Amino acid sequence: MKSQAKTVRLSILRFDPKTDSEPHYDIFEVPTKPGMRVLDALFYILENYDRSLAFRYSCRSAVCGSDAMFINGRQRLACNTQISKLGKEITVGPLPHLPVIRDLVVDLHPFFHRMDMVKPYFEAREPFPEKEFIQAPKDREALDVAIDCIDCAACFSACPITWTDPAYPGPAAFVKGYRFIADTRDSDKASRANLLGCEDGVWRCHTIFNCADACPKSINPTYFIQYLKRKTTRLSAKL
Amino acid sequence: MISHDVIIVGGGLAGLRAAIDSSKYADTAIISRVHPLRSHTGAAQGGINAALANIEANRDDNWEKHTYDTIKGSDFLADQDAVEVMTKEGPERIIEMEHWGCPFSRTDDGKIAQRPFGGAGYPRTCYAADKTGHYLLVTAYEQVLKRKVKVYEEWFVTSLIADGDLIKGLVALDMLTGELEAFRAKAVVLATGGAGWIYAKSTNSMINTGSGMDLAYRVSVALKDMEFVQFHPTALYPTCILITEGARGEGGYLVNSQGERFMQRYAPKAMELAPRDIVSRSIQKEINEGRGINNAYVHLDVRHLGRQKILSRLPGIRDIAMEFAGIDPIDKLIPIQPAQHYTMGGVDCNSKCETKIKGLYAAGECACISVHGANRLGGNSLLDTVVFGKIAGEQAGQFAESSSWDGTDNIIQDALDAKRDHIQRLFRGSGDEDPSVLREEMRALMVEKAFMFRNGEQLKEALVRLKDLKIRLARLRQVAGSRIYNLDLIRTLELEEMLELSEVIVASALNREESRGSHVRLDFPKRDDARFLKHTLAYRTSDGPRIEFSEVKITRYQPEERKY
Repeated sequence: MKSQAKTVRLSILRFDPKTDSEPHYDIFEVPTKPGMRVLDALFYILENYDRSLAFRYSCRSAVCGSDAMFINGRQRLACNTQISKLGKEITVGPLPHLPVIRDLVVDLHPFFHRMDMVKPYFEAREPFPEKEFIQAPKDREALDVAIDCIDCAACFSACPITWTDPAYPGPAAFVKGYRFIADTRDSDKASRANLLGCEDGVWRCHTIFNCADACPKSINPTYFIQYLKRKTTRLSAKL
Repeated sequence: MISHDVIIVGGGLAGLRAAIDSSKYADTAIISRVHPLRSHTGAAQGGINAALANIEANRDDNWEKHTYDTIKGSDFLADQDAVEVMTKEGPERIIEMEHWGCPFSRTDDGKIAQRPFGGAGYPRTCYAADKTGHYLLVTAYEQVLKRKVKVYEEWFVTSLIADGDLIKGLVALDMLTGELEAFRAKAVVLATGGAGWIYAKSTNSMINTGSGMDLAYRVSVALKDMEFVQFHPTALYPTCILITEGARGEGGYLVNSQGERFMQRYAPKAMELAPRDIVSRSIQKEINEGRGINNAYVHLDVRHLGRQKILSRLPGIRDIAMEFAGIDPIDKLIPIQPAQHYTMGGVDCNSKCETKIKGLYAAGECACISVHGANRLGGNSLLDTVVFGKIAGEQAGQFAESSSWDGTDNIIQDALDAKRDHIQRLFRGSGDEDPSVLREEMRALMVEKAFMFRNGEQLKEALVRLKDLKIRLARLRQVAGSRIYNLDLIRTLELEEMLELSEVIVASALNREESRGSHVRLDFPKRDDARFLKHTLAYRTSDGPRIEFSEVKITRYQPEERKY
């Protein structure tokens, strides 16, 4: 290991299902720079110490959602988590409660599969108007924040109900559901109310707020879930 | 072997938009190096241009004015017939994205909001706060989900298979297993985005390694106008994360170390909203002449816009400035520098997205039709992806629908075997060269020798050094680790692509002895229409690129001096 004036120690969970019977931690001493992020440290390790390390990345600016990981005990994006805020000992693992493909790379199919449960696409009545749908600025504002979800699965990994109920769509899926229910242009409210308000739907949320703590985009899924409880009840009453 | 009528390489906005139309005609699959939602489209911020005339200030706007602005912005190198396709179809494509749910910001009367952008005569840029790309990407992905198009996520395409001038399929590596697989296809659409990661200073995602350009180049399709590389004026210092042109569109100023709005000297009329090539050069000149801060950057000032406007129109760049530079633009100046942003050049194709290989199409940033010429206007790249993504999808779908499988699977098996050998060689490498060292040398070299201000001597030197890097590339140490999600392997394959493309950029730049748009030769400071009002075509040979030219299509706007 190289010695430098200022370093941090990263313990990184390693697992290769082809060769390992169980995971272990490897420890790396990484020199720090001002403004350095966890993702920078992972690349430092990849290029200087261990080129077999596996992790995901793309935009490195917190908009693509590739690099959600478990950093010092919570779900965070590696690209916008400052090393300086984590102390000298840093532990990095894959997102908990998702199958590990290798090292820090998890299988996100469970996350996207459950997203599919809420009919995750816009549906508007045809024929469409000749130009755009007219939507008042305040109606558009109702979508703010909810549409900022980057599908990183941090909330999914943090939610205890998601861990235990495989039919529970999970926080991000409900934020998606909210985004369509709250959109004045969407015309499929009734079937959405059924999907979101069913037995394994929003009612299973225990308002634990883990999702809100985990979200790197400051979205509070619990808030939207509470909204959906009220809204889906009203919509179902009309059926 | 896997078969699909149409395979779209790349899951960004161009690829997704292509899939929506292709799937109307033929069995379609998307294959992408990342999950589609991780694509670089999501990083686009400011907006998408179309002459919707939705606000009082742009009542007189129309597609012809958009055409003229785009052509003038391109320094008259864009093909004017292709630009007309884009500007005419633009409004329909944007309205369609709105009908599919894209959450555009709204005018007071509930229409799609529009803001001013550089080089445009009217506020023409439709926006959704400052996250337009993210919202468009999500919207298009939703529509692809709805249509149940098969998506191969985290597959890295390693080669195209062509039999003479007909496409046959491709070979790809499943990153999750490390296995190579052959795909048979009647049509292939390349939609892999730009090649920004070739430069050490870039706003691009790390996945933007020019993959589709290299794939096409290796099956003898020309790469067009690769010397034209856009440098965005406002990349955050020092990470080079993009700060949208929308910040200036909303009224932001650029100021030097003396607090002076220096654009006064360079574009007295348009000021901060001159086209990107002009603003970037002006910033670099200020820095070079000692009026930058720490000799490295200047400031973007949005403080006078006020808290409310920043929170409603520019929330994303506020987050970026806070997270990545530790400053809040509501009361602080944002440090910015020019950085590579967009690849105007790309796979040579026509306005139907056809390449010279039958069944092979290209769209979006990896293509060069050309609608951006020597300099792209802000807000025209998202537009390019939806307009030409649709056209490419439609063309590929119809072509596949009308053609039948023929029995030439041998060529596919041969291609698969060849790629297997190649990857085996990488796993058995016995040299001592480290691909990440080569990559960083290449990226630094491109900034040093082929950035905003170029000259013949430096470009020649760059060519020599790139040749040397290619020699060293043949002496790599062995790829490490498991077959599963092997970054060492993937990044080595990406380096092979990027080195090839770097050589094309430099050779094309050396050949173009004039200054036009983004391409500035200090030894040839003037535009030279007599010699160079033409496209560069680079063909792959064993000794490097062979340069030819093709005509620029001029329909109604004769070249004139570009003043702003």
